[in-house]
Amino acid sequence: MLIVETLGTVIGTEVSFALPDGRCQAVRGPSGSGKTRVLRAIADLDTATGRVSLDGTLREDLTAPEWRRRVRYVAAETSFWSPCLRDDLTSLGVGLAARLGLGAELLDQPVDRLSTGQRQRGALVRAMCDAPRVLLLDEPTATLDTVAASRVEEVLRAYMAQGGSIVLVTHDDDQAARLADQTLELSVP
Amino acid sequence: MTPVLETWQVALGALVLLINSVFSVALSLGIARTLAISALRMVLQLMLMALALRWLFAVNSPAVTLMAMTLMGCFAGYEVLLRQDRTAGRWWTGLLGTGIMLASGYVVVLPALALVLQADPWLSPRVALPMFGMVAGSALTGVALALRTMSDRVRRDARSIEARLALGQTRTQALAPVLRDAVRSGMLPTIANMASIGVVTIPGMMTGQLLADADPMQAARYQMLVMFLIAGATGLGVVAAAYAMLFRLTDDRHRLRLERLSDG
Repeated sequence: MLIVETLGTVIGTEVSFALPDGRCQAVRGPSGSGKTRVLRAIADLDTATGRVSLDGTLREDLTAPEWRRRVRYVAAETSFWSPCLRDDLTSLGVGLAARLGLGAELLDQPVDRLSTGQRQRGALVRAMCDAPRVLLLDEPTATLDTVAASRVEEVLRAYMAQGGSIVLVTHDDDQAARLADQTLELSVP
Repeated sequence: MTPVLETWQVALGALVLLINSVFSVALSLGIARTLAISALRMVLQLMLMALALRWLFAVNSPAVTLMAMTLMGCFAGYEVLLRQDRTAGRWWTGLLGTGIMLASGYVVVLPALALVLQADPWLSPRVALPMFGMVAGSALTGVALALRTMSDRVRRDARSIEARLALGQTRTQALAPVLRDAVRSGMLPTIANMASIGVVTIPGMMTGQLLADADPMQAARYQMLVMFLIAGATGLGVVAAAYAMLFRLTDDRHRLRLERLSDG
């Protein structure tokens, strides 16, 4: 279980929630309310006050890389450094990529020739391919068409069925309703 | 014998600058004033240095020579700071530059003086100060370039670095490509200089020795030694600068701390 207690970011919002295994927590609110900041703070990518723990282990009791291998943040804007997607994927990742419509020929293409949507799916696969315990997803389907978005949701549901948890930032009300078990509403401070 | 150079002869040489000034006015370059100020600075600085060296040579004390070297290292550190568009704190950069210039200079030059050159006394100001000056002068270019590349690349590649950190990489893993680029760019001028020396350029120290009637082979050997020392000190300085910047722009929780980077 992921427990977030009075997590305070630079925006000024303070959030608390407990997320059991296999569940999805939606984080919603208008632009500027600090949704991305909350995800980054949970991943320990920004300094923040409060306590965050996973299965009873405090974030500070693990090294930051160990924490981030378990609690994985996927930014809304993707970034790649390897020439092609396949270089960053494990065999689990290659299987996941296929389920998201990224076939072998796309995995071997130079990353800068992929479309924005393909890159976004690629970033999600890269984040999932060593099976983290929690995914912190910042608008994971924002650049995708309906078919690709539903494939992503299918993969995320399968991930949760295997015990993975998700904190999901989305502006899509229907998606939040389909995936989330609980919702956190943020407002502009 | 090399002819003695009188003041009026140097003044005659300065007339060449008039050509540059004519170009500046004709092409509206707007550099005539800067050129004049820089030339004046150069004249004053060299005169002061000559006076200081005369005194240092007369005193001929190892302790005073060491102090002079330290002072040169401090100036080199300040010069490193001046060559940055962005710094991770002006004090931090100045102190880092000074520390690195002193450390890399001492680590390379002092053993070379004591074990290789074996001058008598080993810390003779006539040998130690020009050696240290040349090594520190070249190393500072490398260190300044390495720091500059680090700050530019970290800013430019922040998103990609954070993506790596988010995947569980350590800060040294996530910044490894940036670090490699910084070390490479800091070392390149020295490597290029070594490759072109003797073909394209007759280096300053060798020129000086030739003008002082030294045997060309002796002058070449001195130059070789100086180039080896420069390469050694630059390598040490550049690696130290790049790693120091890596740790400055991240924290112990392996977060990128771009807010520590500021203009000027």
